[in-house]
Amino acid sequence: MQPQDLLRPTPAGLYCPVGDFHIDPVRPVPRALVTHGHADHARPGHGAVLATRETLDIMGLRHGADHAGSTQAAGYGESLALGGVTVGFHPAGHVLGSAQIRVEAGGLRILVTGDYKRGPDPSCAPWEPVPADVLITEATFGLPVFRHPDPAAEIARLLASLAQFPERAHLVGVYALGKAQRLIALLRAAGYDRPIYIHGALARLCAYYESRGIALGPLESATVDRGTKGAFAGAVVLGPPSAFAAKWAQRFPDPLIAFASGWMQVRARARQRGVELPLVLSDHADWPGLTDTIAQLAPQEVWVTHGREEALVRWCGLAGIPARPLSLVGYEDEAE
Amino acid sequence: MQRFAALLDRLTLTPARNAKLRLLADYFSDAPDPDRGHALAAITRDLELPGVKPAMLRALVAERTDPELFALSYDYVGDLAETVALIWEPAPGAGPPPDIRLGAVVARLSRLSRAEAPACIAAHLDALDAPARFALIKLVTGGLRVGVSARLAKQALAGWGGVEVTEIEEIWHGLAPPYAALFAWLEGRAPRPEPQAAALFRPVMLANPVEPGDLDRLAPADYAAEWKWDGIRVQVTAERGTRRLYSRSGDDISRAFPDLIEAMDFEGAIDGELLVMRAEAAPGSPERVGSFAELQQRLNRKTVSAALMARHPVFLRAYDLLAEGQEDLRRLPFTARRARLAALVTGLDPARFDLSAAVPFAAWDEVARLLAAPPHDAIEGVMLKRRDAPYVPGRPKGPWFKWKKDPHLIDAVLMYAQRGHGRRSSFYSDYTFGVWTAAGTLVPVGKAYFGFTDEELRRIDRFVRDNTVERFGPVRAVRAEPEAGLVLEIAFEGLQRSGRHKSGLAMRFPRIHRLRWDKPPREADRLETLERLLG
Ligand SMILES: [Zn+2]
Ligand SMILES: [Zn+2]
Repeated sequence: MQPQDLLRPTPAGLYCPVGDFHIDPVRPVPRALVTHGHADHARPGHGAVLATRETLDIMGLRHGADHAGSTQAAGYGESLALGGVTVGFHPAGHVLGSAQIRVEAGGLRILVTGDYKRGPDPSCAPWEPVPADVLITEATFGLPVFRHPDPAAEIARLLASLAQFPERAHLVGVYALGKAQRLIALLRAAGYDRPIYIHGALARLCAYYESRGIALGPLESATVDRGTKGAFAGAVVLGPPSAFAAKWAQRFPDPLIAFASGWMQVRARARQRGVELPLVLSDHADWPGLTDTIAQLAPQEVWVTHGREEALVRWCGLAGIPARPLSLVGYEDEAE
Repeated sequence: MQRFAALLDRLTLTPARNAKLRLLADYFSDAPDPDRGHALAAITRDLELPGVKPAMLRALVAERTDPELFALSYDYVGDLAETVALIWEPAPGAGPPPDIRLGAVVARLSRLSRAEAPACIAAHLDALDAPARFALIKLVTGGLRVGVSARLAKQALAGWGGVEVTEIEEIWHGLAPPYAALFAWLEGRAPRPEPQAAALFRPVMLANPVEPGDLDRLAPADYAAEWKWDGIRVQVTAERGTRRLYSRSGDDISRAFPDLIEAMDFEGAIDGELLVMRAEAAPGSPERVGSFAELQQRLNRKTVSAALMARHPVFLRAYDLLAEGQEDLRRLPFTARRARLAALVTGLDPARFDLSAAVPFAAWDEVARLLAAPPHDAIEGVMLKRRDAPYVPGRPKGPWFKWKKDPHLIDAVLMYAQRGHGRRSSFYSDYTFGVWTAAGTLVPVGKAYFGFTDEELRRIDRFVRDNTVERFGPVRAVRAEPEAGLVLEIAFEGLQRSGRHKSGLAMRFPRIHRLRWDKPPREADRLETLERLLG
């Protein structure tokens, strides 16, 4: 069997003709396998969805319980038969419930990494290596300039700024799924035990993480009333980055805008967004992560999906590994 | 080095002046000597290191990185120093680099010969983390821009040490990096350093604009008047063989004006207006003064050619005398200083120095009449100086007033630039500018294109390209913050209310009168000033 007979790029996303299913389809399909709950990977309107329990729950929270005709939960490491194909879900270390998807038939194994990272994360299961003949890898941070620093050092910078500007509310932009909970867990691990204030858009996902046993400590709603403005002096307030551009942010005392994202490694990105304190905190593999993984799994062939495909394909070329870009559309850079 | 790099990154992204002051003050408290002194010098641009060319950096990177991967990365990051800092591959297996002190880096780099530079820079890049690599590269390539003026750095020192900023400015030119004596004084461990070096800058006295009602309370007889000339305010100081020309903020600009320096045959310090002369007109005649556009050819240069000096020679119109010989005159009343000045100027080359003429008047409305038809285009108003007032640094309220001829002249901040048309199509030559609101944000108030020389156009074009923060098709948004940005002096014919503009008003025939490279954006005008014009 040739790899493209097992999985091939189509306008709706990666498609498996043998098992008749799509992986992370960007438009409604009869049967979808979903790697994780981020909105560009997990869309509503499919006939049947196979994903981890957590990913299904997150899709339900975001799109309503009826987001798909039917759902089936897959446990990490289990093998399931779908038509003539065996599939399996393995931890991707990206966000709670995130998985890499293994697809096997006729002695050929393809691994779709989905979004992944290899560093430790107190808010989800750690990435596991899954050797495969063909590796389909993400490339969000696929440029050699991306070397994400130690998360603890970034948290230390946030805490140092709180000590230096104790009268200013520190507004930290975070994506609602994954980054928010990871940042909270990292702050708790660093010994920060004051209440953390969260924007309404984060509340349901934080509560869900708690229900899955990830302790986030005291969280309070970031609602400023006339009398309570002073209470936010020196507070950590988390919200979606879009909220900080709006009037919402101006209600806080002398707000200091921070943003926790892998993109913050490039200064121009921080400048463009008016970020005063960039925190380089990424839920994706950085360049060493991407290239070490390819070297470790030693696939016969590498296909590169969304991100900076060109550079990673070039690196594979230099390493003597056949590689090609898939140029899938519909997955967003910013949703990291 | 890591502490210094962190400071630079924070300063670059911090818009508020007070927050910058705190970042600087905390750094001065935390960092030891000589690191903090070198950091201060880097920020005030007084740190002298042998320059490293971008080509050398590219060559160093090329030894370690695939050119295609580098090109893709550079294309994405957009800044050479940052790309090199981020892409630099730490030695395999090396743990986190130990922190190297800034002082040690500066000591090593300042003794660097051209031949050993590449290996030495590479070794430093190996030993630093990415933010520190970025700081190092910016230091040696001279591209450090953190949105902190030298003046703001001195204000941070003053606030931190609990002294007046003028006390620091007065001794500044006698100090050298790493400023150990300065820090010792500010920490209360040593007396204030003596202003020992000759020809030091003396902080300048500035005037307040005449506000409605101001003059009703003042007696005309208490004030002397003279024309306010449209040149640049400078201080020329000659002591014990050292001659200096300072801008009003204390920058030493002597090297650009050797023609004037050569004629400084006196001992003392004169405050005056630097003007360009039309050599064909007789000294003292009204036609003598060239336009500001002509003067602009001589500004912002490190050096100057003989041809340019011949085409646009400069001279000084003397306003005040701050010192003569060893004697400090600043405590004397204005009339006494003025008499000493008149006597001193008589002995100088009349082609290079003349006395700013007194404008006699008996009543305030007489001044207003004179202002309606001033005898020269280069007059931008009248200065009123209290006859009995000493020379006080800063902008004290009361002794000096400026009364501007054209009420429709404001300082605005460049916000957006757009490509021009025709001959200018390769330059960003159409500009949208704004003024500060009460909330401290900029609101656009007009749009104009630039009418100066190609050289000025190239310079502002480069500013736009270096300071772009966002692009919208052919339009670029540029950095416009209280401490970083470009001030444009805008002339306009009138104002009217307008519901179509966010600012609530529209300018008639705005034009860019001149570029104020010397002025920090925080000193630009406020919306309320324009609203007052509407009446
Ligand atoms: Zn994702
Ligand atoms: Zn993704």
